[in-house]
This record gives sequence, structure tokens and C-alpha cells, in this order.
Amino acid sequence: MSAPLLAVENLTKRFGSGRTETTAVADVSFELASGGSLGIVGESGSGKTTTARMIIGLEKPSGGRILFRGEDRTQPARTAKALRERGRNVQIVFQDPYTSLDRRQRIGDCLAEVLGVHFKLSRDETKRRVRGLGELVGLDERQLNSLPKALSGGQRQRVAIARALAAEPEILILDEAVSALDVSIQAQILNLLSDIRDERGVSYLFISHDLAVIRQVCDDTIVMRHGAVVEQGATAAVLDDPHHAYTRLLRDSVPRDGWDPASLARS
Amino acid sequence: MTAVADNVEVEARIIARTARRLRHAGSLGVSGWIALGAFAAVVLIAAIGPLLVTTDPNAVSLSEAFQGPSAVHPLGTDASGRDLLARLVFGGRTALIGPFLVVLCSTILGTALALTAVWFGGWFDQMVVRVIDAIFAFPGLLLAILATALFGAGLPAAIAALSIAYLPYIARIVRSAALRERNLPYVAALRVQGVHGAWISLRHILPNIAGLIVANATLAFGFALMDLAGLSFIGLGVQPPTADWGAMVGTGMGGILQGHPAEALYASALIVITVAAVNVIGDRLNERSEVRA
Repeated sequence: MSAPLLAVENLTKRFGSGRTETTAVADVSFELASGGSLGIVGESGSGKTTTARMIIGLEKPSGGRILFRGEDRTQPARTAKALRERGRNVQIVFQDPYTSLDRRQRIGDCLAEVLGVHFKLSRDETKRRVRGLGELVGLDERQLNSLPKALSGGQRQRVAIARALAAEPEILILDEAVSALDVSIQAQILNLLSDIRDERGVSYLFISHDLAVIRQVCDDTIVMRHGAVVEQGATAAVLDDPHHAYTRLLRDSVPRDGWDPASLARS
Repeated sequence: MTAVADNVEVEARIIARTARRLRHAGSLGVSGWIALGAFAAVVLIAAIGPLLVTTDPNAVSLSEAFQGPSAVHPLGTDASGRDLLARLVFGGRTALIGPFLVVLCSTILGTALALTAVWFGGWFDQMVVRVIDAIFAFPGLLLAILATALFGAGLPAAIAALSIAYLPYIARIVRSAALRERNLPYVAALRVQGVHGAWISLRHILPNIAGLIVANATLAFGFALMDLAGLSFIGLGVQPPTADWGAMVGTGMGGILQGHPAEALYASALIVITVAAVNVIGDRLNERSEVRA
């Protein structure tokens, strides 16, 4: 069996020092297979986002290793070239679609800028690729020519996905990428993501607190609490037959018929 | 009946829309536009005036000292019999170019320093903040007096000293705005793409805070004009016989005591009008940039 696309080994992140030191991520290990999709669930503050930021290179791990195709990317990239290359390995879509786009930049220019970072393209070729990316995520010419403020939250998140895909990454991290959207828009974006996965073969690392979303998108799931992994396995197995009390609590916290928050608080 | 009601409603909507558009177009506000007009007039006088006024501002004629308005001297003369109109018009150039250079230098240097500090963060940022605080502790005028003591009195030394004195003011404001901008996810997204830090700072962060920078540079212009006029007033800035508003208030002091206040009065009136206009414009621009952010 070949090396996994992404391997995270004993990843640890501590913030602060001395008495104020807190461990945000403790000894987390998991693997993401090529073409796979892995979900990370847990409540706020469980270390999901910090884990993502370390993989993407926005935080420096305090310990452990991150391997992409067996290649170590734990330490910050040394050269600008290496930094761009890492950009073509792993990309991310953030939670807030309102602040994740430059408010002065037209959507098409935003995509063209990223294409220009990674590929040497002629002006016409860039235009063609921008239009292609727009088509992929369902944005028309008029929307590509407008500023972010003219777009809705769902449309902006499509832009963020297109921007991430412009680098042609092998892994796309979605950090609560649908959490800020209405349920109907959420469904559209999730369908879009599953289409893109079929079309491009990109692997997903899907971070969410929403079990229903994880169930729809992810093959495998890990459950995090207080920075540590408490349970991991195939999504169906983890969510239908949880072994850890915390996973059961998460599952039972989803409102449904006859749901009683008081009994949950007692348990 | 309903037709009338409809008409009234449509009219009300049109009025509301027109008012909204006017507010949008004139986002400087009435006072802002008046101030802009006053400032434009002053700049125009300084720019075009010397081309129209043919009298030599430095031509001394002691027999014509302290004359009232006449056909030859529309605003009268000063203690040395020099034409006041010519001196005011030529003095405007000195009075406006000085603060402009101060603001230009301090804004460019301060912005560059702040953007660099914000981008690299950590100990470098901390060091820049300490240095800025240290310079801030020196009053601008004191620094300028120190500079003239070292390099001799004159406009260049005063401009250089004030440029340094005004740098922390700009750098501080730019730093806090750039810091806010840098922590937005779109900057993180660009970093993850591997976009160069200098590119992100200049092409994304800077344009987004440019409104704020222009607003504060405008406010700084007013203060710099007053400081430079003050330095010239006490004789450390513009040197005689060069005409300058601040220097004219200084030399006009003697005239006031002898019952000829014209020189000091005209020069200080122009300083007050210019500074007041610039301050109002700066305030309006500041409000606008805050609304946008």
C-alpha cells in the first residue's frame, strides 16, 4: 500500500507559556487517503480549526509531524517557491464568506490573481480559466465582474471554493465552510462539493460541528474533544454506534422529535 | 382619489431617492464642500497668484513704509515698504509647500514602517512600536528647534525635523488599521496560496486602508502648517527676506505696536482659513473612511 496523501502524526499545539499555557491540540494523529474525505467533528474549542491551520501552515506546531505524500511540511516553507508549491498541495475555505474576500477586488480579478501565482498563463488563457472556474462553482460572467458586496453569502462561498481550486490542490480543507449559510444554501454548496470531488478527484478534510453535514460528505470521521481525538473510524460506524460517551453526547445534542435538552444536561 | 395618493407616494419616493443620492454624492457634507472650496481658493492663490502679481515681493522702498491700500499697492505695504499683496501671494507658496513636504515624507515613511511591522509582527513589530512611542514623546517643535540648532536655521532643517516628528502619528494609525486588515481571513487565504507578503501588503492591505491614510495626512497637513508657521514666526523656519505667512506674522508684530496691523492680520487670517479648511476636510474624510471600513 502506498503512503497516504496526508498523514498527521502526534500533532500538538500549545499556546502561551508558564501558567497561561493551554494545549489546543494534543497528540492528534490521522491519515487522509487520496480521493478520500475525512470529517473532523467536535464542539467549539475542541482544536479542529487549530489542526487545520497547522496543516495549512498558518500556525506552527509545537510537536508532531505533518506529511504530504510522505514529504515533511511541519516547518514553515523556506522559500517563496516552496510556499507556492505547498499552496498547490493543500488549500482551505474559511467559515466567514464575508471577510474571506478582499472587498475592493472584483471576483474575476481575485481568481486571476491566484492563477497568476501558480501558473504562467497568457491573458486569454487566464480569462478562459477564470470563466471555467466560475462555471465549475456556478458563477456567471456578471458575477465574475462584480465586487464581493454584490454577492450573497452562498455566492461568496462559491468564490472562496473557486479561489481555493484555482491552485489545483490535491486536498481541500473546508473549515466550517457551510456553517454560516442558510440550510438550503448549505445543501447547494454540499452538492457542489460532491460534484467537484467526482470531477476533480480532490480529497476533502471537512471540519464541522454539524453531524448531519459530516454524515452527508465524509467517508471517515474523527471526533475531537479538548484538543484530543476521542474516536475515529468510518463515518457511519462512528455516528451510528459511538463507543465514546462524548460522541454519544454530540449525537444526542441534535434536536429531533421528543428531544429533551434537560435530560441531556443531567446525563 | 387613489391616483392622487399614488402620486404623493411616488413623489415622496423620488424625493427620498434624490436626497439619498445627494447625500451619497456629497458625502463630504456641506461644511466639507465649503472647506474644500476655501482650500482650493488658497491653493489657487498660491499657485497662480505669483504669475499675475508683477510686483517684486522683496522690493524695499523705505519711503513707502506702512502705506494704506492704493492703486499701486492694493493691500498696502509693510514696515520696509514692500508690497503686501505680492508678499502674501508669494508667501503662500512657501507656507503651503513646506507642510506638503512634511506630510509627504512622514506619510510615506510612516506607512512603509507600519506595513512592514504589521507584516512581520513579533519582536520587529514590538521594536517599531517602542521607537514610535519614543519619538512621540518629543514635541514636534522641540525636535525642530533641536534640528535648527544642529543644522542651522532654515526651511530644509525645519521640514526634515517635522517629518520625523509627524512620522509616529501616521505610523500609529496605519499600524492599527493594517493590523485589523491583516487578521482578516482573505489575507490568510492569500498567504495559503503562497502570495508574497510585500504583494499582499501593497496590493491588498494598503488600498483597503488608503482612505484612512489620506484623511489623517490631511489633518497632519494643518498641524504641520501651523508648526512651520510657528517656527518661521520665532525666526527658525523661513529666513528673511523670503516671504512666508508665518514669518510675516512675526515681522508684522512690530507694525501692530505702531498701529499698522495689516501685515500680521492678513497673514494670520490666511493661516487660520487654510488650517481650519484642511481640518474640516480631514475630519470629513476620516468619518467617510470609518463608514466604509
